[in-house]
Amino acid sequence: MNGTHWLAVNGLSLTEGSTRIIDDASLRFGAQHTVVLGPNGAGKSTLLRLIHGLLHPTGGSLDWPRALSQAMVFQRPVMLRTTALANVIYGLKLKGHSATECEQRARQALARVGLDALAKRPARLLSGGEQQRVALARAWALEPQLLILDEPTASLDPASSREVERIIKDIAAAGARILMTTHNLGQARRLGEEIVFIDRGRIVEQTPVEQFFTQPQTEAAQRFLKEESP
Amino acid sequence: MHEFNEPFVTAWQLVAGADARLAGIVLLSLSVSLTATLIACVAGMPVGALLAVGRFPGRRVLIVLFNGLMGLPPVVVGLLIYLLLSRAGPLGQFGLLFSPAAMVIAQAVLVTPIVAALTRQVIADEWSEYREQLRSLGASRSRAAATLLWDGRFSLSTAALAGFGRAIAEVGAVMIVGGNIDGVTRVMTTTIALETSKGDLPLALALGFILIAVVLAINAVAYAMRGWAERHWG
Amino acid sequence: MITRRLLCSALVAAGLLAAAASHAQERFITVASTTSTEQSGLFGHLLPVFEKANGIKVRVVALGTGQALDLARRGDADVVFVHDKAAEEKFVAEGFGVKRQEVMYNDFVVIGPKADPAKAAGKDILEGLRRIEAAKAPFVSRGDKSGTHAAELRYWKAAGVDLDKVKGPWYRDTGSGMGPALNTAASMNAYILADRGTWLSFKNRGDLGIVVEGDQKLFNQYGVILVNPAKHAHVKVADGQKFIDWVVSEAGQKAIADYKIGGEQLFFPNAKR
Repeated sequence: MNGTHWLAVNGLSLTEGSTRIIDDASLRFGAQHTVVLGPNGAGKSTLLRLIHGLLHPTGGSLDWPRALSQAMVFQRPVMLRTTALANVIYGLKLKGHSATECEQRARQALARVGLDALAKRPARLLSGGEQQRVALARAWALEPQLLILDEPTASLDPASSREVERIIKDIAAAGARILMTTHNLGQARRLGEEIVFIDRGRIVEQTPVEQFFTQPQTEAAQRFLKEESP
Repeated sequence: MHEFNEPFVTAWQLVAGADARLAGIVLLSLSVSLTATLIACVAGMPVGALLAVGRFPGRRVLIVLFNGLMGLPPVVVGLLIYLLLSRAGPLGQFGLLFSPAAMVIAQAVLVTPIVAALTRQVIADEWSEYREQLRSLGASRSRAAATLLWDGRFSLSTAALAGFGRAIAEVGAVMIVGGNIDGVTRVMTTTIALETSKGDLPLALALGFILIAVVLAINAVAYAMRGWAERHWG
Repeated sequence: MITRRLLCSALVAAGLLAAAASHAQERFITVASTTSTEQSGLFGHLLPVFEKANGIKVRVVALGTGQALDLARRGDADVVFVHDKAAEEKFVAEGFGVKRQEVMYNDFVVIGPKADPAKAAGKDILEGLRRIEAAKAPFVSRGDKSGTHAAELRYWKAAGVDLDKVKGPWYRDTGSGMGPALNTAASMNAYILADRGTWLSFKNRGDLGIVVEGDQKLFNQYGVILVNPAKHAHVKVADGQKFIDWVVSEAGQKAIADYKIGGEQLFFPNAKR
């Protein structure tokens, strides 16, 4: 773990009524590809949303040494009722690019995810895997410095999942930091550099990927791996 | 039951005979109500969308208000618009009373709350689906409202149709502000009211059947178009 | 798809605007008159003659006499054409009308069930009403400040019947125009005071027929008045006056006399010239 981190989370809390969804979380993100793991309801998705700014913490803070441009891909791809191309252009238009630039960048993004042939198809008529690739193209076209993904392959078949993993690796190779959650341990092992393990809203462990799977440091993590493994 | 036979026959004869006066009355009904619905959509849809995605003090009160205004009695709207447009009233100098324009204004006022309230419902449902993604992409609330209005256009056509249905079927507002003037402001509903009061029930009923047929036809076309569009866009 | 719908709506709106514009450019006057006059069909017969001769369209807003006069007080009409002498004279005295001129008369009739349970039939309106009240036979009143309603109240008073004392379930105050009131009477098999014109063109008669007619008191006078431009500057004085002048002229009076339903003349011209 090198000394420079891109995000410091300090005592982050999110309380709803009497439930502590995120409970006094403190850690530093420094890896290029971080995977957040944990049992159902642990708070993985909530943590990602807090970092992305979709939710506001009730306590603690997020400290960014340098502000990072972000994009997020959700478990279920959210497609507007228009073409795949127009969906990708939408995000670019919001950033203020000119019409010609928007189209150019969008087409490039779709080509990078292998969907240039389907650019003019109505997005909602595409398959689940294709829609998720459009979502990735839409995020990638914005050239984010941090790409957040919330269980991106949970609703996809194995073949589409592999496609999506390949694209995520390409985006990482192009220089973006990746922060994602997944239930697929194999995927975590394939893609991740560092694992953050969260349980009942608390950060339990932060370990490099191989070490997490071979020698988890905490009991909770050991229990989790045992239950999740086939 | 044979009381219904004669009106059916009369209705058919009127339509088949391409009665010029009837055609004029039907066209006037359609143009007044369509224009009013168009205005109501232009005014009401953005309001509905902003109520759905917005966050501002008094929002809940406005939602309840619009929902309640859906039940505005047409005759009350007619009376209020009459008082506004009367020569003795604040907008009298425009001389709009007893003209198709007055009828359009009254129906637009009547229909806007319906369109706004139904739009709010449609957009609120859309918003719950799109909210996170649109916010992630950096859309402001007003930008999101505009995006969802376009995206929800098929469901919104139902809101527009509901508004149109209300407009073309009402008689209270257009009777008061239009004056049911022969050849100028006489529409289907006021004609039916007139023929009923003259005791010519078969003719009134026949006109009623024609009105229902026109409305059904418009609904059928809209339904078909919506089906095609949904199959095409998903 | 939405463009197509927008296009349709835009075309319709444009059409409406064009129609409105052409209507606005059309030369017309607004006449406030009564439902009984309109429903008798007189205007359908009379106005085309005037319009052809003068090139001025007449737009008739048909209400009860009281409503018509109130409309004119607000300045929403150029001419009034109603049948309640007392109310008309008050209208002129208040300064809302320029001058009252008599145009024509028709008569009222009492309509009632052919079986005539109250034995009101005959030529005497006051006696007929007394008998209806005595029998507490169902009677429908217009109750709408119309000329017919005003006449009805005058007859009750003249017959010595104090309505406030004797009003009961037999007296049905409907607050409606002549046609709707006749509909109500037909379905209730009740007595009702109506103008002959509306009755002759009324089709939903049920079991009703004319019970009392021919009494001089049933004579119903129509007057025409120009709305006073001093109170409402926008009144179309020249064209309004043209209409009034025509209606009391030989041509207008003849057109009135020519109007018949089933061969029967409804209105009797009596303008003083």
